[in-house]
Parts: sequence; C-alpha cells; structure tokens
Amino acid sequence: MNTLRLSLRLLWRDWRGGELRVLAMALILAVASVSSVAFFADRIRQALSREAHQLLGADLVLSADQAWTVDESTAIQARGLRVANAMQFVSMAQTAASAVQPARSLLVGIKAVSASYPLRGQLRVAPRLGAMDAAVANPIQRGEVWLDERASVALGLKVGDPLQLGALRLHVAAVLTQEPDRGMNFFNIAPRVMMHIDDVPATTLIRPGSRVTYQLFAAGERTDVDAYAAWKAPLLQRGQRIETLDNARPEIRSALDRAQRFLGLAALLAAVLAAVAIALSVRQYTARHLDACAVMRCLGATQSRLLALHATALTLLGLLACSIGLLLGFFAQMAIAYGLSQWVSAVLPAPSVMPAFQGLSIGMVLLLGFSLPPLMQLKGVPALRVMRREVGQLPVSALHAWVLGALVLVGLLFWQAGDARLGAVVVGGFIFAALLFFGAALLGLRVFSSAVSARVLTALLVPLSVPAVSVRYALNQLRRHLRANAVQLACLALALMAMLLLTTTRTDLLTAWRAAAPPDAPNRFLIGIQPEQRAPLQALFSAAQLPVPELAPMVRGRLIAINARPVSEADYVDERAKRLVEREFNLSYQTALPVGNRITAGQWYAPEHAAKGIAPEHAAKAEASVEAGLARTLGLKLGDRLTYSVAGVPVDVEITSLRTLRWESMRVNFFVLTPPWVLQQQPASYITSFRLAPTQASFAEQLVARFPNMTVVDLDASLRQVQVLFEQLAAAVQAVFGFALIAGLLVLYAALNASEASRRHQTAILRALGASAAQVRSTQRIEFLVMGLLAGVLAACGAACISALLAWRVFEIEPPWTPWIWFAGPLIGVLLFSLNAQLSIRSVLRASPALVLRGES
Amino acid sequence: MSQHTERNFIPTPSDRHARARAAVQAGAVLVASGINKTVSSGSAELVILREIDFAVTRGEAVAIVGASGSGKSTLLSILAGLDTPTQGEVWLAGESLFTLSEDARAQLRGRRMGFVFQSFQLLPALTALENVMLPLELAGRADAREAATQLLQRVGLRERLHHQPRHLSGGEQQRVALARAFVMQPQLVLADEPTGSLDARAGAEIIDLMFEMNAQQQTTLVLVTHDPVLAQRCQRVLRLQAGEWVNVPAEG
Ligand SMILES: Nc1ncnc2c1ncn2[C@@H]1O[C@H](COP(=O)(O)OP(=O)(O)O)[C@@H](O)[C@H]1O
Ligand SMILES: [Mg+2]
Repeated sequence: MNTLRLSLRLLWRDWRGGELRVLAMALILAVASVSSVAFFADRIRQALSREAHQLLGADLVLSADQAWTVDESTAIQARGLRVANAMQFVSMAQTAASAVQPARSLLVGIKAVSASYPLRGQLRVAPRLGAMDAAVANPIQRGEVWLDERASVALGLKVGDPLQLGALRLHVAAVLTQEPDRGMNFFNIAPRVMMHIDDVPATTLIRPGSRVTYQLFAAGERTDVDAYAAWKAPLLQRGQRIETLDNARPEIRSALDRAQRFLGLAALLAAVLAAVAIALSVRQYTARHLDACAVMRCLGATQSRLLALHATALTLLGLLACSIGLLLGFFAQMAIAYGLSQWVSAVLPAPSVMPAFQGLSIGMVLLLGFSLPPLMQLKGVPALRVMRREVGQLPVSALHAWVLGALVLVGLLFWQAGDARLGAVVVGGFIFAALLFFGAALLGLRVFSSAVSARVLTALLVPLSVPAVSVRYALNQLRRHLRANAVQLACLALALMAMLLLTTTRTDLLTAWRAAAPPDAPNRFLIGIQPEQRAPLQALFSAAQLPVPELAPMVRGRLIAINARPVSEADYVDERAKRLVEREFNLSYQTALPVGNRITAGQWYAPEHAAKGIAPEHAAKAEASVEAGLARTLGLKLGDRLTYSVAGVPVDVEITSLRTLRWESMRVNFFVLTPPWVLQQQPASYITSFRLAPTQASFAEQLVARFPNMTVVDLDASLRQVQVLFEQLAAAVQAVFGFALIAGLLVLYAALNASEASRRHQTAILRALGASAAQVRSTQRIEFLVMGLLAGVLAACGAACISALLAWRVFEIEPPWTPWIWFAGPLIGVLLFSLNAQLSIRSVLRASPALVLRGES
Repeated sequence: MSQHTERNFIPTPSDRHARARAAVQAGAVLVASGINKTVSSGSAELVILREIDFAVTRGEAVAIVGASGSGKSTLLSILAGLDTPTQGEVWLAGESLFTLSEDARAQLRGRRMGFVFQSFQLLPALTALENVMLPLELAGRADAREAATQLLQRVGLRERLHHQPRHLSGGEQQRVALARAFVMQPQLVLADEPTGSLDARAGAEIIDLMFEMNAQQQTTLVLVTHDPVLAQRCQRVLRLQAGEWVNVPAEG
C-alpha cells in the first residue's frame, strides 16, 4: 500500500518535472497507432470479406449434380443461416414465330432461382435493352424470365415478349444486367436466362441424365457459416461440394489476400516503430533515474524497494498512457473510416474488441519487456555513485538489456502478422537488420570520425565557411559517444527502414494491381477456335484494324496417374482436389513463359527443348510446368511424373517447374504447360482473349457470324466487378498506409527526442566554454549530417532487401525496382536529424548554459 | 569530548581487534579498525588507505582534513558503508557493517545516518520539501510532510518549500541537503566537504546550522573538509596523508 502511494507520488513528481513526457508520448503513440491500424484493418477485413462474398452470391454455396433434399435447407436454417435455392442447366430457348420474324432458338444457360436469391450482392436489371439499370426491387416472379443482353439480342426479344422453355411459355420481364456470382467460369459462357425455380418442373426440361447443377446458397453470421461448413464438409457425397471464398473466385481471393497481408504488415511495422520509441525512452528514463536511485539507496532504500517503486510507477504510467492511446486510436480510426466512406460504397462494419485488446497489450508488454532489464540495472546502482559519479553508469549498449524486449517484440510481431511467412520475413529481417545496423553504425561512425575523414571533411566544409573547430569538435563528439550514437543511429535506421518498406510495398502492391487489371485488360474470351481457322481469324482481326491476338492451343486431358499410380478422387479429401481430378484439364504447350507467369521452383524448359519446338532425339524428358496452387492442392512436387489421358492416349510428363500466375490478369491462363513437341500432335482447339471498346462491340457479332462454332465470352461485367474491388482495396491500403506513416513520423520524433537531454548537455558545455551560437550550430549540423546520412543509407539498404524478399515470398509479385529509396532514405534521415537538431539547438541557445548544466547535474 | 588523549589506536595488529571491540562496547557510535583500500589500476596496485583505525563517541564532532587525493572521500564512503574496504571492519552503533548484506546496510543507513555532500545531491525533479520528505517517505513515515516542513523552517527555507533545486542558490541547496540529512534524527551525520562549493558567507551559515543541529539532536558529526574554520569548530581534527593518519595536535 505504502509502495503504491509512494509510487504514485514519484510518478507525479517525475511527470511534473517533464521526465516522463517522452516515454508517455511513445506509449500513447504506440498504442494509438497499433490499435487504430488494428481497428481499421479489422473493419476493412470484415468489409472486404463481406464485399467479396457478394461475388459468391452468398457466404457459402453447396453444389451438387443431384437435387438437395428439403432436410438439407432445414439443417442450414436450423443454424440460423438464410437459404436460397438455384438450379443451373443448359437448354434450348425458343421464340414464337411472328409476322415479322420466324421462330428463333438459342442454347442458353438457365439459372432458376428461389425468391431469396441472392443472399449477398445484388441483381441488377434494366427495363429494356440499353436503358439504365437498377438493383431489383422485387425477386423474380413465376411466369417471368429475365434475359441478359446476349440472349435478348440473339433471340431478338424485348420486354413483354413470350419465350418458350420446353413445355412452358414464359414472358420476358426485364433485361438482366448483373448477376453477382457470375464469375469468369467457362460454364457460364452461354447467354443467360433467369427464371423462378418453381417453374422448372413445368418446363419438363429436366429428365434423368440431364446435366443440372443444384445449388444451395447460405449466408449469416461468420461463425455460424464456418461452423456449418466444418460440420458439412466431411458429410459430402460424391458429386457434392462446398464453395466458399477460399475455393471459388481465385482472382478475388488472391487480391484480398494481398490486401490483408499488407494491412497486417502496416500494423506490424507500426508496432516495430512503437517498440523502438519505447525502448529508447525507457533507456532515457533509466538514465535519468540513475542518480535519484543512488541517492535513494544512500537514504536507505533496499534494492527490492527501488524495483517495486519503479516497476509500480511504470505500470501505472503504462496503464494510463495505453488507455489514452487506445482512445486516440479508436477516434483516429473512426475518422479514417469516415473519410473513406466517401470512396467505398459500403458502410464499414463496427470494429470488434480484439484490436483494443491487441493495442493495450502491445503497449504494456513492450513497456515491461523493455523496462524490466533497465530497471534491474537501476535497482542495482551502487550508492557509491553519490560520491563518485563514474560508478554505476549504465552500459550504453548492453545487449542483454534489449534481449527481453526484443523477444517480446518478436512474439508480438508473429501474433500481429497472423501469417507465419509474413512474420518470418519481417521479424527475421528486422532482427538481422538491427544487428547489422548496429555493427555498420559503429563501423561507419568510426570511419567518419577518423583522422582521414576529418581531414576530408575539413577540406570540404571549411571553404563553405564552416569553422574548422566545429568539424573537429563534431567528429570528436561522434567518436567519444561512439556506442551511444551507434545505438541511436541503428534505432533510427530501423524506424526509417520500416517507413521506407511500407512505402515501397504499398507502391508495389498498387502497381501490381493496376497492372493486373488495367483499363485496357482484355474483356472478351474467344474459345473453340479450330486449327484451320487460325489464319482466317487473324485476318479478320487485321481487317477490322484490331490488334491480332495470340492464340493459345488447348488440349483437353484427364489426369489418370501420378508417378505411375492411378489417381482417383477418393485419394483426396480436399474439395477442389476432387473436382480437379474428376474433370478434364486444359493443357497447353508454349515455348516461352507466358506474360505474368513466374517460376517459383525448378526451371522453365531447358532451352534446347523449348527453342526448337520439336524434341531432339536425345531429349527423353517430356517436361511440364505446373501452377503452384494446383500443385499444392494435388500434392505435386518437382520431379513427379503425371500421366494424362488425351483423346484416350496416355501422355507422360515430368514436372520440371512450378509457376505462379496472375488470376486477376484476365489473360488466358493454364494450369499445366508443356513444350510444344509433347502435345503438338494431339487434337487441340485454340483460345484467346482480346479487348473490344464499347464502340467496337459489333465485331463480336461479326466474328460469331463468320465462325459459328466459336463462342465469345463477354467479361466486361466481371472485369468491372474486379476493378471496383481493386479500387476499394487500393483506397483502404492508401488510408492505412498514410496512418502508419504519420504514426511512424511521430514515433520517430519521440525516438530522436530521447537523446535530446544529452545533446542539450553537450551543447551547454560548448556554450559554457565560450563557443558562439554559430559554432554550436555548425558543430551539431555536422554531427547530424553524418548521423542522418548513415541512418538513411542503412535504412535504404534494409528496405530494399526486405521489400524484395516480401515481394518474392509473401506478396508473390515481381520484386520491385525502387531506385528512389536510395535518395529518399538519406534525405529523410538528414532532414529528420536536422529538424530535431534545429529544435533542440534553439531551446539550448535560448537557455543559459548554467541553468542547463545545473538542471542536468 | 576528549580533547587530546587518544586520537587513534596504536596500529599493531595483535591488539587492534581487542581495542576496537572495547570501543564498541564502550558505546562508540562509529568504530573503524584496520581499514585498507587498494584498487588495481591497470597492472599496478594503488593503495588508497592503509591501516586506518578510528573511533567516534556519541555527540562528538570530528573533522578529517588532508590534501586533495589523500583518501578522505574514500574513507568517508567506507565509514558510510557505501564502499567496501579491501581489509578491515566498521561498526556502526554496535553493528558490524560489512558482515551485513548490501540491502541491510542501506536500511541501517536509512535509520542511523545522514549525508551531506559537496555537490548537494538533491533530486532535480523534486521540490525542496519533497527532497527532505524522501527519506521519511522511504521509511514509510506518515508525518513526512510535517516533519520535513518543520526542519526546512528551521534551516530558514520557509519561503522556498516548493522551489526546485535549480531555482535555489548553492547555499540554499546545501541547507535543503542539511535538512534532509537531519530529518530522520540520525545518530551520525557524515559530510564530505559540505562548504566546498560555497562562498565564505554561505559556508559559514551552513557551518553554524550544522553545529546547531548537531547540538540539538545530540548527533555525532564526521566531516571531511578543507575549510580551517570548519575544522576548528570540531572537537577533534584528524589529518590524512597519502592514505595514512598523521599525528597532529587537536588544536590544528
Ligand atoms: N575506485 C578507484 N579507482 C581508482 N582510483 C581511485 C578509486 N577510488 C579512489 N581513487 C583514487 O584514490 C585517491 C583518493 O581519492 P579520494 O578519496 O577521492 O581523495 P580526497 O577525497 O581526499 O580528495 C585519488 O587519487 C583517487 O583518484
Ligand atoms: Mg574528496
């Protein structure tokens, strides 16, 4: 009790004396930045996943080739989830013959849905072709059909016209312009007809053997959905599968993943910055309390008493500062969310309590982690220090004082990252960088303060009317406080590195997204091109003055064996794996690595195989390059031999490389590629993608009229969906980035502030010795110039390495080319140091040296 | 007390221990016996104190004088239990200092000793009052504020209670330090050149105050000084030279 009271008193006295300001500010900022980023990232995460679920039409979709029983929907509803039904099949639709035109028929993709469809996202319809569309107010009614643009045009129907589907006559009620879950799946290529599910029996179109996909859509609370999915997954039977965001729409998934990793990274770096500031200010706190503790030991305080008093005081301070930081973080986050709401259509969901907990515990754990070892030193300060000041000085760079804090930080970072690989790269990078920076700073300072460098600097600076004595004294200062300066320099370099890293990664990510879905991305797929049609097709493009697209060969084959062991879907538990094994693959052969593909393991074909196109006699190996995600799903690795059945003939290939590809690129992508000679003799059709501007839309009709066997798939709507999502992601990333950057700057300021006292003291001594204000200024400028330069160069090196590693291993994008950080790093370093110097010099020059000296002694 | 008789023990190892014991038993507040202090600087062994014996009786005021570097401060640190001797023992109020743990020594200091330093050693963030309150607070005394205020008034700082050290003159700071040293009513006050940083007038004021409180509280005083005026006012003056006692007449 007495300890608590006395702690409070000591705390209050320290606070009043301004001793705690930097530490308190570092804590407040740390918690504010970590928690606001965490709060915000949490809300964005929730919003994004909700947004993304719209692209599924639900949170979860059950699909099967047999009808789902009523029990199935009841079971879902029993878990508090909402349900919708749908059936999809392909069938003929016919128009009635009229006076002006004969009956037309068209193969259409019918989607019959219940009234509650869709559960996520929206359907949009227009009252007539070319009219403005709007979200549907009422679900589709019995007796109605909605046709998409292609179906309407091909059948020549307008709203109000009748349409015959099997035995049932329905009337066209609207033009369907947007269907949330219509992805870029090749099954959805037929023109769309949407109808009410209860009308399906009357059409008599469904007979035994008809290919129908029966779907159950479910949506509700995240936990309920997850629980249901977990329960249902093992009960699935043959032909049934669960689709969630994880296994559907890979193009969206990968963009989402990257955005979330970036948000995680931002929060993580905020934590690193905070830790640096806390570590530095705890050091300052300890250094400042050294004399007080010696006096208190002289006055009879035991070691345990001193420890208890200071630990209690710091804990109280921590609780108070962390709470303030939390409040600040919460409001800051609300402000960002508000600002963002003008760009992002969706209202962000309320934040959960997790980030609050995270922010608070990060502040406290970091505080205790970094302050316990110095407190141990503090309590052990010999009372003799009151007689002989040089006794019991804090060791400047005692590594062990930082170990506990650093360990705590590592743990926190992994926790924050929530992703082992991201955590490993960042944590490993930072630890490595910290050690390296300290070593490099020592070396750099030693070199800079050497006699040779002194001569060089003097020669350089004296003509610029810098007094030679300043150069000498500045370098002398650097040398005398070598270790202390090295510690500070390393800390600043780390903080600067975190900020540079954040900037480069953000730029990379935005650039990658823009490059992936550029405004001129292909928006049409053309499939079913026969080999002999290639030349005339390309001629048609030339004639229309459109860029001639490259045609990719496509060979269909079923995977029948892996390493000579027959494959069956029973071998896999994973849904996607089962489906992949069951279906035919689209294989392709290609000489060069397609644009946007990147080899992650192994090697692209040996040059002699690739270049010639035809196998040299001695090349026994039929190589294959497999998409990395597919390899993971099917458990394939380099060196595995795959046997495909192509048109009934087995084809053996060996995996010699794994690739990642950019699903969001809208290009033609293949899971499996081989050198041309492997598949060239097999029956193939060709596929391509190209871009049509809205004014060129009629070219597609021309194409189909000329080559009726080909199908043009219009991806405009899907593309737009993806682009909107990317824009939202980009906005979120920008906002979080901006915030982390501000937090970083503030924390950096706090860190710099930590050394102010000793600088004030040094300056005061100089002044007392009669140095002019100008001499003091130029002395400090030189010192800061050297420190800033070194810190900046080190930070740039670190940021370049880690960001390359992040791009390569975590974000799976091209390693960035960022020459600017080599200028920005040193420049910012020098600027920050100079700004700080300017501020501290001014206050020192204003105060009388005696006062400063007395206050410090 | 005794003006001239035995200033120190005869430095023969055989009976030194017995004589120290006797002094302790006779009620001497502070007894030192056979104190040696050597430090190794580089390869060489540096002897700072050699065979120091010493006893102070209750209420006595003793001055230790000597040239700069003769080992006065080192001796004072050892007498206070702040530093440890290479050899020898110190008894404070009958308790043997160096058989105690570091923490126990600290507690003993808190209860029985007060300190005054040349450089004041006030905590810069604390006010005058708070500086004087600190030892009381550490001892858990509920009346810290009253006791501290009272003593500060006695040293003439009624108007300066809430000033921080850097807003006080050197003499005022040393008066705060005096109040802090005497506030626990210690048996022994140790002072290391208390007037060393002060001008003559401020020094004289401090000396007056110190002897006044010494008389009032029956406190024993051991002080290290250069100041002949100060040394003169002590009952005994001991002179150190290169770490050893020099026999000098008490009259200085
Ligand atoms: N721990 C130590 N290491 C090295 N030299 C010391 C140490 N303690 C004291 N000295 C030296 O011993 C001598 C006596 O010091 P001190 O007791 O402070 O003298 P005084 O107070 O009489 O001026 C000085 O030369 C001092 O430098
Ligand atoms: Mg001395």
